[in-house]
Amino acid sequence: MVDIRIPIGLMFTLLGVLITVFGFATNSDADLYQRSLGINVNILMGLIMLAFGLVMLFFARKKKTP
Amino acid sequence: MKVELSWIDYLIMIIYFIFVLGIGWFLRKYMKNANAFLEAGRSIPAWVAGLAFISTNLGALEVMGMTGSGLKYGMLTTHFYLIGAIPAMIFLALFMMPFYYGSKARSVPEFLKLRYDEKTRGLNAILFAVMTILASGISMYALAILMEKVLGWDFNISLWISALIVLAYTYLGGLSSAIYNEVLQFFIIVIGLLPLVILSLKDVGGWSGLKESLAPITPSNFAPDTWTTTWKYSGHATSNPMGVEWFGILFGLGFVLSFGYWCTNFLIVQRAFAAESKSAARKVPLIGALPKMFIPFLIIVPGIIALVLMNDPGKGFVLPTDTGGKPIYDYTIIMLLKQYLPAGVLGLGITALLASFMSGMAGNVSAFNTVWTYDIYQSYIRKRTSDEAADDKHYLNVGRIATIFGVLLSIASAYIASKFGNIMDFLQTIFSMINAPLFAVIFLGMFWKRTTGHAAFTGLLSGFLIALLHHGLTAPAGATTLVKGGWIGVVHTYPVEMAQNFWTAIIAFTVATTVTVVLTFLTKQLKTEGELHGLVYSLTPHEMEEGLKWHQRPAGLAIIVAVICIILSIIFW
Repeated sequence: MVDIRIPIGLMFTLLGVLITVFGFATNSDADLYQRSLGINVNILMGLIMLAFGLVMLFFARKKKTP
Repeated sequence: MKVELSWIDYLIMIIYFIFVLGIGWFLRKYMKNANAFLEAGRSIPAWVAGLAFISTNLGALEVMGMTGSGLKYGMLTTHFYLIGAIPAMIFLALFMMPFYYGSKARSVPEFLKLRYDEKTRGLNAILFAVMTILASGISMYALAILMEKVLGWDFNISLWISALIVLAYTYLGGLSSAIYNEVLQFFIIVIGLLPLVILSLKDVGGWSGLKESLAPITPSNFAPDTWTTTWKYSGHATSNPMGVEWFGILFGLGFVLSFGYWCTNFLIVQRAFAAESKSAARKVPLIGALPKMFIPFLIIVPGIIALVLMNDPGKGFVLPTDTGGKPIYDYTIIMLLKQYLPAGVLGLGITALLASFMSGMAGNVSAFNTVWTYDIYQSYIRKRTSDEAADDKHYLNVGRIATIFGVLLSIASAYIASKFGNIMDFLQTIFSMINAPLFAVIFLGMFWKRTTGHAAFTGLLSGFLIALLHHGLTAPAGATTLVKGGWIGVVHTYPVEMAQNFWTAIIAFTVATTVTVVLTFLTKQLKTEGELHGLVYSLTPHEMEEGLKWHQRPAGLAIIVAVICIILSIIFW
């Protein structure tokens, strides 16, 4: 009917890029990352989400071309 | 206690909403008949249904409640994820799913009709429909009040918007849309809550740091490592904060409550009914069991860390209190999000909470519309006619209208909960008592061909009534309202509410089993062996799974699940 990996892949890729970019843009903002013990969790999580999104898209694509 | 959100947080939420609605929109063109809408056309791959299976269970009340329980009871809470879930999921997959799926029943009540009779189905269908609406109303209320208190959103707006989004995607794409979205929501919940575990664990110095910090703050009547162990202090009810000894955990939670919930609750089992084949349906609970065992790390461990934060004034972590000055444990998760997450991942964390709410509510709605359409409407209001095509179109419309009414009734019960919270809590406690007797009756029906319809009906009803009576005669220590029990008169007092729940279920199950067995001997079996073919173990030929590697068979997968469960239980003994 529909391969759910495509919307999941698209959403996580999009959110991953968004959060990573936001993370880099705010990297010098020490106040913002005081809560997260000085770690820029936006870059960290953004990249994890981007990788997850791309893996989902990769497997969805792989299945289509037998 | 307010949490400030910035534009990036709202943007993340909006993107999530667009995808959720987009999935419903995309699936709308496949909804041509009642079967596609209410049963997802029995076409869902095992891994998708398996993740949806676990995601439906991971509703907002589960996430909020289990984090709070982590704070209150520590690692003992993981019993709900290991002994209180895994054995039941394995049993469902290996022993019950062949009859459920093979019977072609479209719902659990319909299985009761096929195996027993109309009155047993009717009783279960009506109780289930009411319980589903109550549950979805209560979780909607909990979410809206949380959003109001913590994010400052208007109660009515967040209630209606979240309900209407769920309505939109379940109305458009039916059960398929609910299931596909549950998979998306599952990943959002996991990824959204992941930074919380990482940061909070780092803050307290990892697992060993957590143990060290807990030792001095553990109440003196418990051993210093009580909060980080599971079975170690279950020898006696007074040596652990849950107030239950090993027998209560093993038999009450591990058998009666857990088998009652996982094996007979249509809300959960429906995901496996939608699988594409019998072997896929058998794998669904097992695939769901794999992530289930690791969810405690995501929600319970941060809850335990919250206990450390509360006792360290330097951290500035304060749990909101109710009017009586007691901390509201259900708010633990959101206060932790506020504590650790900066703008960006904070939006992701809030989205995870919204996603958990939606997955739970869509589960309720899609189970309600199926039971309403097939078990109430089709059985008692408008039976099938000879015109199959017209019937199908008719039931599709009924299913759609039931979806709208299901959501509206949930909204109504959310408002009732906001005015008369105690009454709703009470009703939900009462209706949750149907699971244990239901499991007794279905179990006997599947494995004992003699079990009769009259016996099953009486067993179901008496199990429910005895549970009610037990709840009316007992109360947890320190209960201030009759909602917690003792509304007839207090004969026995339990140390904590959890213990009372366990024993209510144990007694209901025992009575339902005894009554059904005794009455089976006294009544006549009205079903012929031919009618019971495929519904009862001894009358169903066993399937061979030649040509499959051991790990591709349900039994092989079950062994993997069981081994991981045992290893985790030993590590966190």
